[in-house]
Amino acid sequence: MALDEVKIGGLGASRKRVEDNRFIRGKGNYVDDVVLPGMLYMEILRSPLAHAKINSIDTSAAYAIPGVRMVMTGEMMAARNLAWMPTLSYDTQAVLATDKVRFQGQEVCAVIADDPYIARDGVEAIVVDYEPLPPIVNPEQAKAPGAPLIRNDKVGQNNNVIFDWEVGDRASTDRAFAEADKVSEIAMHYPRSHPSPIEACGSIADYDRSTSKLTVYMTTQAPHIIRAAVSLVAEIPEHMIRIISPDLGGGFGNKVPVYPGYVMSILASILLEKPVKWIEDKTGNLISTGFGRDVYLKGQMALRNDGKILGVRMHTDSDHGAFFADAQPSKFKIGLMHSAFACYDVPTAHLTAQGVYTNKAPGGVAYRCSFRVTEAMYFQERMVQAAADDLGMDQAEFRRVNLVKDDDFPKRTPFGFLTDSGQYGKCLQIGLDAIGYDDFKKEQEEARKRGRLLGIGISTMTEPLGAGNSREYDILGIKMFDSAELRVHMTGKAILRTGAKTQGQGHETTWAQIVAHELGIPAEDIVVEEGDTDTAPFGMGTYASRSTPVAGAAVSMVSRKIRAKARKIAAHLLEVSDEDIEWELGRFYVRGAQDRGVTIQECAMAAYSNVPDGMEPGLENNAYYDPPNLTWPFACYIATVEVDPETGVWDVLRLVAVDDCGVRINPMIVEGQIMGGLTEAYAMANMQFITFDEDGNCVGSNYMDYLLPTAWETPGFELHEVVTPCPHHPIGAKGIGECATVGGPAAFVNAVMDALKHTGVRNIDMPLLPDRVYEAAQTGSDISGMPPVKTADD
Amino acid sequence: MTSLFEEVPVSTDDNISTTRVEVNVNGERRAAQIEPRLLLAHLLRNGFKLTGTHTGCDTTNCGACTVLLDGEPVKSCTVFAVQANGHDVTTVEGLASSEQLHPVQEGFKDEHGLQCGFCTPGMMLSAVALLNENDDPTEDEVRWALSGNLCRCTGYQNIVKAVLWAGAKMRGDA
Ligand code: FES
Ligand code: FES
Repeated sequence: MALDEVKIGGLGASRKRVEDNRFIRGKGNYVDDVVLPGMLYMEILRSPLAHAKINSIDTSAAYAIPGVRMVMTGEMMAARNLAWMPTLSYDTQAVLATDKVRFQGQEVCAVIADDPYIARDGVEAIVVDYEPLPPIVNPEQAKAPGAPLIRNDKVGQNNNVIFDWEVGDRASTDRAFAEADKVSEIAMHYPRSHPSPIEACGSIADYDRSTSKLTVYMTTQAPHIIRAAVSLVAEIPEHMIRIISPDLGGGFGNKVPVYPGYVMSILASILLEKPVKWIEDKTGNLISTGFGRDVYLKGQMALRNDGKILGVRMHTDSDHGAFFADAQPSKFKIGLMHSAFACYDVPTAHLTAQGVYTNKAPGGVAYRCSFRVTEAMYFQERMVQAAADDLGMDQAEFRRVNLVKDDDFPKRTPFGFLTDSGQYGKCLQIGLDAIGYDDFKKEQEEARKRGRLLGIGISTMTEPLGAGNSREYDILGIKMFDSAELRVHMTGKAILRTGAKTQGQGHETTWAQIVAHELGIPAEDIVVEEGDTDTAPFGMGTYASRSTPVAGAAVSMVSRKIRAKARKIAAHLLEVSDEDIEWELGRFYVRGAQDRGVTIQECAMAAYSNVPDGMEPGLENNAYYDPPNLTWPFACYIATVEVDPETGVWDVLRLVAVDDCGVRINPMIVEGQIMGGLTEAYAMANMQFITFDEDGNCVGSNYMDYLLPTAWETPGFELHEVVTPCPHHPIGAKGIGECATVGGPAAFVNAVMDALKHTGVRNIDMPLLPDRVYEAAQTGSDISGMPPVKTADD
Repeated sequence: MTSLFEEVPVSTDDNISTTRVEVNVNGERRAAQIEPRLLLAHLLRNGFKLTGTHTGCDTTNCGACTVLLDGEPVKSCTVFAVQANGHDVTTVEGLASSEQLHPVQEGFKDEHGLQCGFCTPGMMLSAVALLNENDDPTEDEVRWALSGNLCRCTGYQNIVKAVLWAGAKMRGDA
């Protein structure tokens, strides 16, 4: 009898997580929990200024402290050709500053000592003489004539522009605008934000001279990429490097890049021949490591009076900080910004993008996001609402007119992606029904008469997840595929390893469910391991919602290879030919004689004890998966809010989410991902951002200024689902980890803007802080979040 | 090797620059010779090797370091180890008794109240403190009691459910 898939923890089972067993006992093993014999500790001295020349560094007082072993300076790094390192976007980044500092928080020195407190004492004792230079805090200032040159280290760089990039069809878009009944325009800023996992970054480098082997425990979402990068930067052969990414206390994109702290801990360990631990503090994490967003949009939509979108123009200005260190596929300068409008039937579009240097931290990571799709979808949904308002059309109706219809797939998006599946109209309708759209509109009108401001905001979007096929997606030339290795032991138990790296997504639980689905081996009989480059097969890591689309597919494929071999063994055991063998979950049987069969476990035993003549023994294999396309989940988020015009405070009344991420491996985990994402969306709309004052001081350098919502202010969420299986993924799954962070913010912001519609305000830049909302409600004018620059009278 | 603390036998005398503390951790008497500036979180983690207590910020905001000091939840990153001298400390490692998990631990697993697990020990100790006072809290009371603990992964909804689940179990309703 075939097994009951849900009972064995297969596809669709809300299986309780196996990793929880250690976490709830306080037995997780995060990087700061790792202790090696004789370990030393490293602390970093950071620049207090945003832009300044370094005249001198005096480390003598630090060396005088008992327990201080070494103070590393830029000069020392330069002597070893390590003062600069390559970034993931073909730029360079300072490891330790030599000539000048280019952002507040930049690494200037590192102290290695016997104890972390003593290392910190050492940092306090260093004296640096800085000569301040004028700081640049926004793109307008960066591009102004006569602006100070930030990257004077780069030959041939004589302004602050990093790139100019365009995509789409300019001529046909111009024609669409010429024929339009109406042109809708809106400008906005998606503010700088930070992924801010609760655990900051850290590493323990352990160089063993006797074996020439470097082992590094590191908070990384992509251990194999790090191994390659360390090999290139530190000139250590790749087979002599072992990267171990232990349990991660969240990642959200922050733990993808290579940071100076990692490099310095490695060099320190090589020089001192002792393990060196570096644990970043929260301020260091927030002011120096990979941020997200910081993009300005000018958007235009060509419209017909009946609501049809004829064309779209977008121009983005992005602020990348002092080094272009974006983590994104090599050929897309502004990530996947051009995935905008993928869910709408838009005949033509054109996007121009310019990126600039400023005196801010570098990073541009995909913060719970597939490379700038968060900005793309936010801009899209804000433009859609503005267009509906400009036409005097209902925002739900405007979407109904323009959403791609179910039978239009496969469909080219206006910028050339290929979407392959979806039921967009159905998702929207489920959302509208759940929120009670028409009733709410009446309630809103009634409330307005009594002076209460209610608003409703919709956000519908599909986003490209699971980069990506090797034709188009690489990072520094390395193609973005993933792999899985499965070893089935003779008793039918198994170990699975992948090149992905879980950070809370629950891979230890869900990967086993995929194997259970393919092989009928109960999930509890399969152990999953990731994160150790000496044992895990190659993979590009976990970010951009690529684990299920790519590594998860590899898990399916390797299981199928195992099943194919097991089928031959079964035929041998049952003494029939391969063609006469049928499969049902967990068991092969003879066609026409269902009771004559062998289980997968019996095949496993035979693989080690009784293989057919000529067959290689054992039941192990691996699979590399190069995805044919990206996966395209769809989401509809609808928020209702009440705005208090006296204080500018707004409360979420309800949030309805309809997600279509295809087949759900573990529904409990999928819902957990959606609720986590919605909370970050709410955070960005409401409170969470990093900004700078005129002097380039970072505002948002700790949790007193960088506000994360707590249980108290986070609203409740109502979740609904639609399932449109992905046509090219082996089990029909799509990415989900980021949909809510990507699509969510526009729902909240659109709702507040809807509540303020009568005032004439078209845009308030996020976050919608009470003072911004208050001012907009009082004055009826738009509110910009662009950091202010110093004026002559400052 | 120079270090801020060193675990010593319970009878060792104080010396000049360091001071002796004795803390009852999870029901076990432990002593250490420490510099007075050492934080309780670091005494627990680095001194007593109880790494279930995490630190996630520099400003007493995240609550990842929450432990119970004489039954009250405190942020151990903001308590000097010397302040715990002579007191009882409960960490996540002390929640389960031999094989039996605390209902809050069971609730977190059952309701998917954790993802990366980094906030979880602190979150659970705040929940235990609440339920010890009131084992039948409302959702709002749970949200308020946990508002000193940040979670970046879950969105709190399942954490709230986990605490309500544990309350029901403690009352014998589950
Ligand atoms: S470490 Fe964040 S509150 Fe203690
Ligand atoms: S589970 Fe990751 S921070 Fe709460």
